[in-house]
This record gives sequence, C-alpha cells and structure tokens, in this order.
Amino acid sequence: MSHKISEFPNWREIPMAGVAFMPSTVVKTGDWRTFKPIVDEEKCTGCGLCHLFCPDGAASIVDGKAKIDYDYCKGCGICASECPSKAIEMVKE
Amino acid sequence: MSVKQKVLGLTGDEAIAYAIKQVDPDVVAAYPITPQTIIVERFSEYVHNGEVHTEFVSVESEHSALSACVGASATGARAFTATASQGLALMWEILYIAASMRLPIVMAIVNRALSAPINIHCDHSDTMGARDSGWIQIYCENSQEAYDTTIQAWRIAEHPKVQLPVMVNIDGFVLSHTLENVSTLPDEEVKKFIGERKFPEVLNHEGRIVPLILDPENPLTMGAFAMYTHYFEYKRQQVEAMENAKEVIKEVGEEYAKISGRKYGLVHSYKLEDAEIALVGLGSTMGTAKIAADNLRKEGVKAGLLRIRVFRPFPKEEIIKNLENVKAIGVLDRCVSFGGFGSPLFNEVRCIFYDENVKPLISNYIYGLGGRDMPVAQIIDVFKDLKKTAEKGRVEEPVKFVGVRE
Repeated sequence: MSHKISEFPNWREIPMAGVAFMPSTVVKTGDWRTFKPIVDEEKCTGCGLCHLFCPDGAASIVDGKAKIDYDYCKGCGICASECPSKAIEMVKE
Repeated sequence: MSVKQKVLGLTGDEAIAYAIKQVDPDVVAAYPITPQTIIVERFSEYVHNGEVHTEFVSVESEHSALSACVGASATGARAFTATASQGLALMWEILYIAASMRLPIVMAIVNRALSAPINIHCDHSDTMGARDSGWIQIYCENSQEAYDTTIQAWRIAEHPKVQLPVMVNIDGFVLSHTLENVSTLPDEEVKKFIGERKFPEVLNHEGRIVPLILDPENPLTMGAFAMYTHYFEYKRQQVEAMENAKEVIKEVGEEYAKISGRKYGLVHSYKLEDAEIALVGLGSTMGTAKIAADNLRKEGVKAGLLRIRVFRPFPKEEIIKNLENVKAIGVLDRCVSFGGFGSPLFNEVRCIFYDENVKPLISNYIYGLGGRDMPVAQIIDVFKDLKKTAEKGRVEEPVKFVGVRE
C-alpha cells in the first residue's frame, strides 16, 4: 500500500537499528559552506591545531602546512578562530 | 522435571535484585528513586561483597542511567537499570533511542504515580505513558513472577528476532515492599538458561557483514541520521520485532517452565471457561481479583478474569480467544488518560473486538490512582456492576471511577 520510493531498499532489506550502510564520505558537505577557509602558507607554522579542532576532520597537515579538504569543510570557521598564527582567513564563497 | 530450588523471603524489589545478581550483568547504571531504591541498594551490596562482576555506575540522573546503559549495551555488554515514576519520565528521550537502536537492555520499573502532587504509591501512569516507546512491557502479579520475569527478560530481549529492550513492571509498595516466599533457582541454572549474549549481523558502511556491536575491529555507526527516505522502514522493522516477540515470550516461558515448574505466557486466565462476567487488568490487583471471583462463585455468580501479563506487544489473539464467550467485561485501568475515551487498556481491549461477530459488553473501571487501595469488597462491587450490565444487555456508562469520593 505505497507509492514506492523504489530506488531504495525495503524494510526487510535495510540493516537493522539504523546502522549506517554507506560511508558518510558519500555526502559532500562542502556544499553547505558560505565562508571558505583560506590558508596563508607564509604564516602557517604547521602546529596542527586546525586539524585537532576541525569537527569534520577536514583540516590536515600536509608537508608541514595546513590543508583544507573543501569537499567536506562546512565553513564553520573554528580553524580560523583557533589558529594562533592568524594564518586562516574566512572568505565569502 | 524442575530443578531443586531454594525458597527465600524476598520483597518484590529484593526478588528482582536477587535475579539480577544471578544474571550477573556487565553493567548496572542506576539512580535511586522510591519505591525502586531497594533494587539497586541490594544490588550495590552484591557489588561491594564481590558477589558479581558487574561494573556499577552511580549516575547523577535517570537520563544518564539509561544513557549509560545504551552505551554499554551498544558495545555488547549486558546492561540493567531500574526506576519508577519521575525517573522514567526523565528517561523519556533515551527510551526511544534504546528501542530503536535495538539494544536489549532490561529495566525494572516499580510502578508509581506521577507528580503533581507528589505521590510515591502505585499506579500505572508512568509506564502507560511509555507504551509507544518501543519497549516490551511485562506486568507481574507477585514477587515470584518478578524474579522469574527478570531472568526471562534477557532471553526475550536478546532473541535475534526481537532485539528490543524489556521493562519488567511491579506494583509500587504492593509488591516492591511486601515480603513473600520466592522459589529461586540455583545460580548455575540461571547462567545456563540465559547463556551468552548473541549478536545479529548487519551490513556496515564498508559493505561488510559485521555483528551489531560497537567494535573498533569491525566499525559501524548506530542510530545514524535517516531522512524521510529511510526512517519509516526502521520503524516498520520495530513493529515486526514486537510481533515476533509474542512467540518468543511464549517459547521462553515454556523453556523456563521446564526448569522451574512455573509457566508464564502473554495472558493468564482464571475461571474463564464458563464465565459470564470477567475483569481484565494488570499487575497485583488481578491476584486480589481471584479472591473476589472465588467469593462470587460461592454465590453462584459465574465470574472470571484475564490478567494481561504482556501489554507490549499487545496479545490481541489471546484476549479475543479468552473473552469471546463472556457477556460483560470490565477493564481495570490503574491509569487515566485525560481527555481520552477511557484509559489505555480499556481502549485497546474494546478496539480489538470491533471486527468480531460476537462482541462482549465492555466497560472501563478506573481505580487505584496514587496507590488508593483496591480491596476484595470493592472488586466484588465492580463484578456486581458488570452483572447488571450483562442483565441489561448494554453498557450504560462506559467509563466509571472506582473508589474516588464523589
């Protein structure tokens, strides 16, 4: 008794308990962003605080410098706020 | 052949604590609240004495107690908690989370009225409010049943076709603080009966089939976000699990009977074979009602009763089968639904007869709020009122209040 949303599995097929059956990485949350963090590599000391504070795991240190993964960065600005070297600037998209 | 048992003098609370001692769960997280306090008080003594291996977590609220159980159960531990009334109310949002994350937690509820005004005595308003939270609800008639049900609950909750949390309910003070003879199984029999917790398998986000347990070796995310494209299907699964629980409760009851000699099902009928009038209700009052029915039968009145042991899942088929030949049924509700048409048990009992060809006359008797006593004489009055209804052939006043000062 349903107008099926047929591309999805039915209730007998999906894993129980609301267990995630696909990785969260398929959802590119970078689309949500209004402000984009831009790293000034001159100022960045590679301390890694942005990496520790980023709630989405979108900031990492590559070759001693902060690198933002824009596919997943939601633009919250915590990295810019926490950066002791003022090396990250939030710029309107 | 049942095994040799030891008879102990235990209150309802102590009977539950003793059963939990024998189950020896991995985690107990609880907060004291009258009339439940004795359960966790006794249990904490067992922990102190080293009689159990349980990690006992003293939390700052009931919300935290159930949250701790959710976390523990998700990692594969057996988790137990107990509460009453306001404590259950404070657990509210976690009740739904525990059930929909399909965590087989066992919780003892000592039924107590809700504030205001503050009252510490029995009625069923607390758990009736939680009836749609997805927990299995079993209401016990006496301390023996409280002991037996607390052991059975793990097998029901953890059954692969069920995977739902279970509430074991006893009436505040009437059972929780009243000493009874309770036959107890040897520790090893209880251990053997409950066995080890098993885990169903699910597909994780890496496309692997893994056990439903939080394990760093086999990562998975539980209770993750679901939109309108998927949420409904998870709820449909819970409906199915509840339906499956009916058979499982009966199977577990039969297996338990083999070792204990005591058999429990979804409902318990008493003298219904030829009954013309019958009462339906939950908990300890139905024990008192047996005496009322016996007294009336001495006067030639064909009175019987049906105690609903399992309220969730609702045993529709058993209720119809037991009551279809009765002329007039009185449903005893120790709970009130403000603004509703009668109280929950009445509503559901009356509803299931709608499609039946022969419909008994069904009326609601609301009683015992805030622990007001329901003595034998008052139950006899209810039976006599039902007799009048049966003679008239129609229900004149469907919802009545028993024992309130008019």
